Amino acid sequence: MVSLDHYLALSAILFTIGTMGVFLRRNMITVLLSIEIMLNAANLSLVAFGRYWGAVDGQIIVFFVVTVAAAEAAVGLAIVIALFRLRESLDPDAFTSLKW
Amino acid sequence: MPSLTVIVQLGLVFAVFVLLMLSSAVMVYAERKIAAFIQQREGPNRVGPAGLLQPFADVIKLMFKEELRPGGADAVLFLMAPIISATAAFAAFAVVPFGAETTFFGLLDQPIKLQVADVNVAVLVVFAITSMSVYGIVLAGWSSNSKYSLLGGLRSASQMISYELPYGLALASVLVLANSLSLTDIVNRQDGYWFGFIPRWFVFVQPVGFLIYMIAGVAETNRAPFDFPEAEQELVAGYHTEYSSMAFAMFFLAEYINMVTVSAVATDLFLGGWHGPFLPASLGWIWFLIKISALLFFYIWMRWTLPRYRYDQLMQFGWKILLPLAVLNLLATAAGVMLLGA
Amino acid sequence: MGLELSFFYVFAAIAVVASALVIGQRRPVYSVMLLIASFAALAGLYILLDSPFVAVIQIIIYAGAILVLFLFVVMLLNAPTEAGPWERLAAGPRRSGIVLGAVLAVELGWALWHVPMTREPVGAGASGQTIESVRTIGQVLYTDYAFAFEVTSLLILVAMVGAVVLAKRHV
Repeated sequence: MVSLDHYLALSAILFTIGTMGVFLRRNMITVLLSIEIMLNAANLSLVAFGRYWGAVDGQIIVFFVVTVAAAEAAVGLAIVIALFRLRESLDPDAFTSLKW
Repeated sequence: MPSLTVIVQLGLVFAVFVLLMLSSAVMVYAERKIAAFIQQREGPNRVGPAGLLQPFADVIKLMFKEELRPGGADAVLFLMAPIISATAAFAAFAVVPFGAETTFFGLLDQPIKLQVADVNVAVLVVFAITSMSVYGIVLAGWSSNSKYSLLGGLRSASQMISYELPYGLALASVLVLANSLSLTDIVNRQDGYWFGFIPRWFVFVQPVGFLIYMIAGVAETNRAPFDFPEAEQELVAGYHTEYSSMAFAMFFLAEYINMVTVSAVATDLFLGGWHGPFLPASLGWIWFLIKISALLFFYIWMRWTLPRYRYDQLMQFGWKILLPLAVLNLLATAAGVMLLGA
Repeated sequence: MGLELSFFYVFAAIAVVASALVIGQRRPVYSVMLLIASFAALAGLYILLDSPFVAVIQIIIYAGAILVLFLFVVMLLNAPTEAGPWERLAAGPRRSGIVLGAVLAVELGWALWHVPMTREPVGAGASGQTIESVRTIGQVLYTDYAFAFEVTSLLILVAMVGAVVLAKRHV
């Protein structure tokens, strides 16, 4: 029988991987992908808790998270495109000045 | 005896696989023959009686061709792209029911469903797998390292994403009517007649939805008049320019199977599935076959009748006409169901 | 080992390995494709959790829409791999990044260890009932969460306008 801590542990591992990606990668697209991993790790524990308590709210919050993730990806990628036009680079360190 | 049921179920899976393969062979032949008829030609008539073996000759020819890979192409993704396309095409059909429950003339103790997998969110599964098939085309375009392929892939990606929205909304309007997400339930909702002679098919309540679904379906399968990804005159062959031999055959296969799947889902959602007059329920799959064939004929007929749109016209049409129409249709359907109580 | 448990381990392994490779990958296109594999494995886990609706949403919205957008941008930018002199992370930040990640992992592990109910089977608090029906989700979504739902639509509108304005060359 799969217990709740299986899912929570998996969620924690995925969240850590996502966080490491944000810390260690110097490519804005990969950083955005890492944020998606973190959101999905959170979703997994939401669904697992929802299943545990037999409550529908977990799945509904996942629905909202997915919607927010879609909005975040659209705006984030638009920013990436705009920045890439300016500097021909995806490295976040290339955009340290506030104004140019 | 449950083991016999399991064997029959496995046999069914295999049969669906083989039938889908065969259907694409039939489609190749039908497409060439109908095209010839429309253009007052003879069409294939050399291989076998009336050219019936032409598709097999085509397959053999493709198998013996050299497998080419352009220099600078991304080897892994170049190999994966046709596999993704073909897999998605086959997988989508898995949840489509094509006949009533049957015991195969009393052979089995308990009736089995003529469907590979009965999922209670079948409509959404079809939609999900259809949305995955875009990857095969995009990756093919990108990994070929050719500008024609890349342009074809990019065009196709934006086209498929744009037309997925009206496609999904047309599905949703049927879901509101049927009050279920299971394709089997939806088909069974369409059993019987109004006033004794009009079949209770959703196409009569949802004519706009059916139209939107078919238009979006044509765009999703990249068929003429929306076949921009492979517009010969501008892009050589679009995303599969650089493919040859079996990899090319897999794209070809995927295109035909996608057409069959779109037609099968349209039949289940709008045309009453396997319900029809004159035939007993156990032979309902014959009605299903007739309805699918009619829709597929319509597909081919359209290809050889209508000229291709311009790309900006396609996008304008998708976003400014089809999408608002689909939203209005969904709203009207919901209001109708609320007022009249389904 | 039960069938459910073996399925869990298979899907979990795919999700973890694919996610780790997303981070370790130098080519953005491969990162996107691996993330799709990871999300597909998560969809399998949602089905194990008796939530087919979330599983399908996961595929339709994440794999079918959001990641296509990512792939699109990667292709359009023909994104360079991280090899240039100032795209490589210096040793100092890398070390502190790894340390911070390890600290987070320890914290999460500690928190998990102290959740009281975790060693019970996943359906334990629910007295056997499952939320499989899309109807139930819809009813709660359009009644209890109606306000949040409407706000979401506003959010999407703002994001849409924002994305168009940001990505356009001349507004």
